[in-house]
Amino acid sequence: MSALILETREDVGAALRMRLAGFVHSLRNSGFKVGLAETRDALTLMRSQLSARPGLLKGAFRSLFCGRLSDWQRFDELFDAYWLEKGLKTGVKVSGTSQKKGMKTIRELVDAQGSRQETIAGDVERQPGEEDEDSNESPSGRREGASIAENLGQVDFRNIHDPDAIEKAHDLAERLARSMRVRLTRRDRQKRKGPRLDLRKTIRHSISHGGTPIELIRKGPRQRQLRLVVLLDASGSMNNYTGVFTRFVHGILDNFREAEAFLFHTRLVHVSSALSERDAGRALDRMGLMAQGVGGGTKIGEALADFNRSHAARVIHSRTCVMILSDGYDTGTPDQLGAEMATLRRRCKRIVWLNPLIGWEGYAPTAGGMQAALPHVDLFAPAHNLDSLAALEPYLAKL
Amino acid sequence: MSKNKQQLAKALAATGYVADEGLATALILTDMLSRPLLLEGEAGVGKTEVAKALAKLEETNLIRLQCYEGLDRSDAIYEWNYQRQLLAIKAREGSGENADKVEEAVFSEKYLLERPLLAAIRQENPPVLLIDEVDRADEEFEAFLLEILSDYQVSIPELGTVEATSIPRVVLTSNGTRELSDALRRRCLYHYVDYPSPDREARILLARVEGLDAALALQIAELMGKLRKEDLAKVPGVAETIDWAAALLGLGAKNLHESRELVFDSLVCVLKTREDQSRVSREVADRLLGKVA
Repeated sequence: MSALILETREDVGAALRMRLAGFVHSLRNSGFKVGLAETRDALTLMRSQLSARPGLLKGAFRSLFCGRLSDWQRFDELFDAYWLEKGLKTGVKVSGTSQKKGMKTIRELVDAQGSRQETIAGDVERQPGEEDEDSNESPSGRREGASIAENLGQVDFRNIHDPDAIEKAHDLAERLARSMRVRLTRRDRQKRKGPRLDLRKTIRHSISHGGTPIELIRKGPRQRQLRLVVLLDASGSMNNYTGVFTRFVHGILDNFREAEAFLFHTRLVHVSSALSERDAGRALDRMGLMAQGVGGGTKIGEALADFNRSHAARVIHSRTCVMILSDGYDTGTPDQLGAEMATLRRRCKRIVWLNPLIGWEGYAPTAGGMQAALPHVDLFAPAHNLDSLAALEPYLAKL
Repeated sequence: MSKNKQQLAKALAATGYVADEGLATALILTDMLSRPLLLEGEAGVGKTEVAKALAKLEETNLIRLQCYEGLDRSDAIYEWNYQRQLLAIKAREGSGENADKVEEAVFSEKYLLERPLLAAIRQENPPVLLIDEVDRADEEFEAFLLEILSDYQVSIPELGTVEATSIPRVVLTSNGTRELSDALRRRCLYHYVDYPSPDREARILLARVEGLDAALALQIAELMGKLRKEDLAKVPGVAETIDWAAALLGLGAKNLHESRELVFDSLVCVLKTREDQSRVSREVADRLLGKVA
């Protein structure tokens, strides 16, 4: 098969080039990662004998343009729709900015917390003069002595009602995520003084001493940061917390080198790609588009089953911590939840369950689902305010 | 020589690999566009075999790099032979040569150990380079892999840039234990290897298991197809089917319906976890067998 002869049929005309450009464009719109080099190669293919039959060309284009299984699965549909003009039934646009009416998005949920206006937390320019006033308005705010940060730290998320304060809560969550990372990487550096000699470097340094290895350079096992997989409950009962948690998760994805986020209500949605957008407002928008049906019921068991079946093998490795943010109110059966938790337990290193209800006075985890899940949880902690989130830090650093 | 899809598929089949629809096209393209081919699919669907068959077909070397976490330049590209270097330095100690000369001598071709990636681009005949389970390696490795796959050259600080004498045919495989970067995916041609259809699996069995009868092969392949649809923790791959067929043949099975006992007993070849073994009870095995013609 050495050097397959490119039998040049007639050169590709301008009209066909335009059609190809259009096809590539439509692929990009559908979320395919296609660069200029691919387009050029596609042109080569069109000039070759492969273009004799559309079936052949389809197969060749599929190999060229697809990069992952999800691309692979919908390529035929896109190809047929474009070249053979067969109707495309399902919408495939991923990165659209338009939004269906009546669909409740995360962004709206966040906005719903801010009663004043529709400013989005991430986009607000903070005005220094307003700061004090705002935080003093928050119900349990302390006027004397304490700093603003601490003040906010004490407030239950449910009680934060103005966009500015929400922004501060978000910032704190983001900072917290960042400080977790710092702690972990610093540990990494100290461990570098390892037990073994790094011969390569030692010899390199020995040359200037005429071959006598005076400076010994050592190496040791590299430390890697743990991977954090977050499963966020976005059901109706969590409405009060979803916005803040979302920002917290956004902060985590932004700052951890390895992190994945999923959102669940009655089904499970993988939202990492949406939340990896740096701008928080846009990230929430994109996530909202992906996660339709937010604010409905919860089926934790089913969502976990879906996670175990389709995602766990890929996102979980031996240094993974799974963090579930949920109140544990489940409409599924506790048995299923228990079984799925057990499966998850076997795969990952640690499971952390953060439950906002622990912050309430007199709360005990009596809900059936929560009872079933508890035996498999390493850390069951409150996450009703920022202090409780901050308290997690040493635990995560220890993993 | 120019080959079309059918010819290539036939040539592959002669080496014992029964290619699926589209794989032959993808292999032709790797040649035409000089791009690496990324094969994804569940464990045990025969991704690695593709590279082996290709090497056999081309009668060229197969250079294999098995990836694992922590794989670095010194394991994948090149390494200096430190023991010999130290000896050489010691031997020259009294000769009064200046340090620059010693350095030049010590960091020369003679003391260089080739690792798979460097070896692959320095062959006379273009070899098949198999980068197996690339998802097990970490992102750092992916980054320098990209560099090699796009320029086919390696820069060694002490020695200079080593250009490729021949461009290898590269096959990467991935099980999806980690998401690969978009850059790597974009660079490669992509083919998803699925579990084979019963018909193709039967043909694979016939190619791989000697003395197997076509009717039995088809029965085994069909039963396997049904078994994969069960909710199993570890879905058996093609390698398992081949083992199983060989086992059944060795145990003297002629027709699966007539030797139900054997079928159930030999399921150990296929079911590899305790949960799966308890899930496929005698009744389940009988039910599945009932659906097979």
